[in-house]
Amino acid sequence: MTRGRLFLLLTAAVGFLLLYVPLLILVIYSFNASRLVSVWGGWSTQWYVELFRNQAVLNAAWISIQVAVISATLGTALGTLAGFVLSRFGRFRFRLLFTGMATAPIVMPEVVTGLSLLLLFISMEQIIGWPSGRGLLTIIIAHSTFCLAYVAVVVQARLTDFDRSIEEAAQDLGGRQPWIFFQITLPVIAPALISGWLLSFTLSFDDLVIASFVSGPGASTLPMLIFSKVRLGVSPDVNALGTLIMAVVALGVVLGAWQMRRAERMRRRDEQRAMRGDA
Amino acid sequence: MSDTPGRSRIGKRLVIGIPMVWLLLFFLIPFAIVLKVSLSEGMIAQPPYGPILEWSEDSWLPAYVGSLFNYEWLLDDPLYITAYLNSIWMALVSTFFCLVIAYPMAYLIARSSPSTRTTLLMLVVLPFWTSSLLRIYALLGLLSPNGYINTVLQWLGVIDAPLQMLQTDFAVYLGIVFTYLPLMVLPLYATLEKLDESLLEASADLGASGFGTFWQVTLPLSGPGIAAGCLLVFIPAVGEYVIPALMGGPDQLMIGKVLYTEFFGNRDWPVASAVAIAMLAFLVIPFMMLRNSSALRGEV
Repeated sequence: MTRGRLFLLLTAAVGFLLLYVPLLILVIYSFNASRLVSVWGGWSTQWYVELFRNQAVLNAAWISIQVAVISATLGTALGTLAGFVLSRFGRFRFRLLFTGMATAPIVMPEVVTGLSLLLLFISMEQIIGWPSGRGLLTIIIAHSTFCLAYVAVVVQARLTDFDRSIEEAAQDLGGRQPWIFFQITLPVIAPALISGWLLSFTLSFDDLVIASFVSGPGASTLPMLIFSKVRLGVSPDVNALGTLIMAVVALGVVLGAWQMRRAERMRRRDEQRAMRGDA
Repeated sequence: MSDTPGRSRIGKRLVIGIPMVWLLLFFLIPFAIVLKVSLSEGMIAQPPYGPILEWSEDSWLPAYVGSLFNYEWLLDDPLYITAYLNSIWMALVSTFFCLVIAYPMAYLIARSSPSTRTTLLMLVVLPFWTSSLLRIYALLGLLSPNGYINTVLQWLGVIDAPLQMLQTDFAVYLGIVFTYLPLMVLPLYATLEKLDESLLEASADLGASGFGTFWQVTLPLSGPGIAAGCLLVFIPAVGEYVIPALMGGPDQLMIGKVLYTEFFGNRDWPVASAVAIAMLAFLVIPFMMLRNSSALRGEV
């Protein structure tokens, strides 16, 4: 091994350690029998038991899951339309405005987004009486808006390197637009939709700041609950919750990578077959 | 798109119209309202701000009664200016450390064999997909006075009393680097991966040392990735709320925290709105740079 290579490995290791050491310790201490953070009291699963008995945590988790599923779905539907417009519609009036609005939510500071949406909801309630009060609905609207932006970027990228000749062939064969979209375009961009949906779900499930602004009494999401718990000090059942969430995410990422690799292998095999002409 | 005009034009209008209306209503109009509230006067009312237009009996046009009062307030009170400058400074420093730590990671990934590359990329992405709040919580456990680092150091006899690591600038820097590291690694990796290796060989053949090649060839060629990564970290770091709220000291001023306190603590909505508008004014230049960043097209 050359000196340069060793130096590279060591410096890269710093970053990976920084990413994983805190998480690893969190996982280990979620099985700590002692209530004190600094004392190791032997292995135990009591914090997991406590977590599943804690009604507030379960309620908040259920609210967060509902919000994330609906926002991701709505955001994906709207974001697909927006991504389609961005990559396929060329010039139209207000294009600059559309592009700006469709991508800006990604870089907007969370505090600003939260504040602006809350002021909107309050004004709307004053003027048209809807949405009355704040809660699930207002969080979903807020989350769908930033999900829209992320999905639009992902879908646009996918449509840009998509082979348009397939669509043109379908058109030459007499296909009409909505049919072509649902039969040809949608299946091809499906992977982008899936990753966009998953990204949206994660971002929505993780959001604390925007939800704190636009939520109302009785609608505390999981991050809001964790934040108020953490402000009061470190509590061991949050370790257990963190470990569970990480386990789910790790499983998802590994399965996703495995699935992608399998799809890639199959595609390559099909290509080779087609080349040999025995399809 | 298609040769059948009538129907497809309506279809096209719908495809543009639906997301357009949504974004106008839930993105653009809210900003107009923030702007409006920032020009109004705070008062004890429900909601706690006054009107900026007033109708009177003698004229059918409303009179403008808003003012730049809140902005003057931001300029007068050193608290806000300090908070802005401090946020920008802290975001710059953390972005720099993020870059220094992320570069070797991205370089290593780009130079690995395809199978190792997938695994390493997965390791970078994985924390990004878990809750950032829980990751900050994990870091809190590590740094707190009776946390693991202090316990181990005391047990080893390196220190007598616990080190005060939380509620310091250091904790906030570490928190930002830890949270946003994946956002720096990914664009860096994307440019380094495309780097033509024959250029590196040519440089070596011409007698450049390993470091010389890196400094004169690799680093300049990865410029777009560096720019994209830095903007992706810097922009959210400036407005960050959670990290300074949990890891910084009570007197540490960052603008996201100031806005939050102004709104929820002091219930001064007009000032909070003015803080928000001023924050966006600060971020316009990085926004524009990000939009034009070539490394970001087709990624994120």
